Amino acid sequence: MKLVLSQEQQELREAVRAFLSSASPLPKARQGYDRQVYARLNGELGLSGLVVPEEYGGAGAGLSELAVALEETGAALLPGPFLSTAFTALALTLAPDKELLSGIAEGRVTATIDGTELPFDGTTVSGTLARVLSGMDADVLVVPARGAGGVSMAAVDLAGPGVTRTELETLDLTRGQAQVVLDGAPARVLGPAPETGIFDRLCVALAAEQLGVMRAALDSIVAYAKIRVAFGRYIGSYQGVKHKLADMHGKLEQAESIVRYAAWAADESPGELPEAAALAQAYVGRACFEVARDHLLLHGGIGYTWEHDAHLFYKRAKADEVLLGPPRVHRVRLAQLLEL
Amino acid sequence: MNLADYRRAARTWLRENAPSDDYQEADGLTRVKEFMAALYDAGYSGITWSKQWGGQGLTQAEERVFDEEARHYTLPTQVFSIGLGMTGPTIVDRGTDAQRERFLRPLLRGEEIWCQLFSEPGAGSDVASLQTKAVRDGDHWIINGQKVWTTVAHHADWGLLLTRTDVEVPKHKGLTMFVIDMRHPGVTVRPLRDMSGRSNFNEIFFDNVPIPDEHRVGEVNDGWSVAVTTLLHERLSISAGVGMGGQKDNPASVAALREVVDTTDPLVRDELVELHIRSRALALFNQRLAQEAKAGIFPGARGSAAKLLLAELALYQADTGTRLVGPEAALADHPLARAISLAPGMALGGGTNEIMRNIVGDRVLGLPPEPRVDKTVPFKDLKVGTQG
Repeated sequence: MKLVLSQEQQELREAVRAFLSSASPLPKARQGYDRQVYARLNGELGLSGLVVPEEYGGAGAGLSELAVALEETGAALLPGPFLSTAFTALALTLAPDKELLSGIAEGRVTATIDGTELPFDGTTVSGTLARVLSGMDADVLVVPARGAGGVSMAAVDLAGPGVTRTELETLDLTRGQAQVVLDGAPARVLGPAPETGIFDRLCVALAAEQLGVMRAALDSIVAYAKIRVAFGRYIGSYQGVKHKLADMHGKLEQAESIVRYAAWAADESPGELPEAAALAQAYVGRACFEVARDHLLLHGGIGYTWEHDAHLFYKRAKADEVLLGPPRVHRVRLAQLLEL
Repeated sequence: MNLADYRRAARTWLRENAPSDDYQEADGLTRVKEFMAALYDAGYSGITWSKQWGGQGLTQAEERVFDEEARHYTLPTQVFSIGLGMTGPTIVDRGTDAQRERFLRPLLRGEEIWCQLFSEPGAGSDVASLQTKAVRDGDHWIINGQKVWTTVAHHADWGLLLTRTDVEVPKHKGLTMFVIDMRHPGVTVRPLRDMSGRSNFNEIFFDNVPIPDEHRVGEVNDGWSVAVTTLLHERLSISAGVGMGGQKDNPASVAALREVVDTTDPLVRDELVELHIRSRALALFNQRLAQEAKAGIFPGARGSAAKLLLAELALYQADTGTRLVGPEAALADHPLARAISLAPGMALGGGTNEIMRNIVGDRVLGLPPEPRVDKTVPFKDLKVGTQG
């Protein structure tokens, strides 16, 4: 088991962090998806191709490396289809499709994925997807499609015919969703849908983003507690504040440990992955929201204002916590996996 | 010897020499002392300590290998742990050569047992407010006062004793450290019964006990810096042990509880899932700290976060376990009744949860310290202990 970052992984983290701090500082995150930032992220750092196998033009790295990148994009509240494309790339490593994977690796194609199974007539799919992550921004949608030969993974061009996208107003101001109505939309079969494994990998990837969100939230309130004065003292010197921050730090340490473990399991020990993935969402999802909530509260009134960034973290944390289903689904899975 | 050979030799020695049963203190300490002498003679006590003072002069790499191999056994070294983990390293760091010569080898070989005498009834978390007095009398010092929470004092030959030698200066500046002969007349050791009914600690009374000046550790009135050395070693030995113990004997673990509760009840299942989540979260954090230590990253004050989380987990486990099991957990001989009685100890010993949160806040997060009213006031003018 590997819970400590390697030298290369630390360098990757530094590179992504440095890039995002200049290319996508928080004030910019409010303005939404910037295609140029995304193009540079993929062009200069090759992030979209991180988990794409080398034969399809990617870096052939594992979820451990992707987790490092997602932690930073999470900390920056990076808008746009990075997470959804990473989700899709992870799914496609289990149902490899050269065209889509190489497009993602080159940064030409952004993608999203939805778990709703659609009827497939051999050439087109139809149905309504109520909430598609980054559905307005992504170029391609990957969905399970049930046809005569069973369930396949299918790709739909979201700018193509038979597709109607409606932007949804989301709680999270930094990342959008769309309602996608498919009415005879041409679909390309990528291969048989894998029985298991996709959902687990998405759980781990999301936990990595959540780790970044909670780390940034904690950093933000710790920095504020060192400069904000009340009753003649820095607020961070009050135990009422300090002890809460210490508890938040404990959650962060445990969350990081779980994310490293779950990413390692995905890469090196698939037998442990289902339990590690359910653990990651059950623990990190909650911890992330709790830390984001307390970071907002400890800011005081300023944290409740529209102008302050605290609510951006709070809302991202809540949106992430419920992104892959109500959190109880992860707890139910844990109970099943533990054979309770 | 390379590490692989070292590991093989350690494994073989442990297989042939580690006791298969639990040594009971009721047997007297003869057997545990014999084991400690054998451990020392085989070269596995004081692995990283200097050869000059009776150690093996090896590195942390060898010590780690031995610890990993020893984890498969329950070695009866508990009674020596204060000496090996705290007072011994303090003598190594801060003692005179004569003290190192006199004390370290018998300590490593288990011939002499040590205790640590810092806390007092009026000075727990704030140990620097202690009041036990040492007054110079020629080439001796005369000790009067009381200490408390002293583990293994009833077996101890020597104690590392922190005293007040000057009340005219601020509290941290008037302390001096000594080694005291625990067998000397005037030293009274009384067992202290804790809330679980066990007597693991003692309270100690000193009534005009003389200590020769050559048993002073560090300079007069510089005892606080010596104590900080000891406490650093204490935290290290606690955090090194954190998470290493298995959960197999814990009646409040998921593994134990699932055998005795109705797991078809969805409410029970969810409680067990929560127990599992919290246990795994801390276990993985401890494993990460251990991996970092191997890679040369010193845990420092983050060990205090691990200690805090362990204390909270122990209470949560015992609390949840008793609630899941129900009325029978309220009978004194039920394992969960014992667990719920033992659980608060973890949150108090080695620094309370509140002190741990202060340490994490100050030293990990770098938050501003609490303003102090006690740092510059002469000790005699300071409020200490419990005031009516």
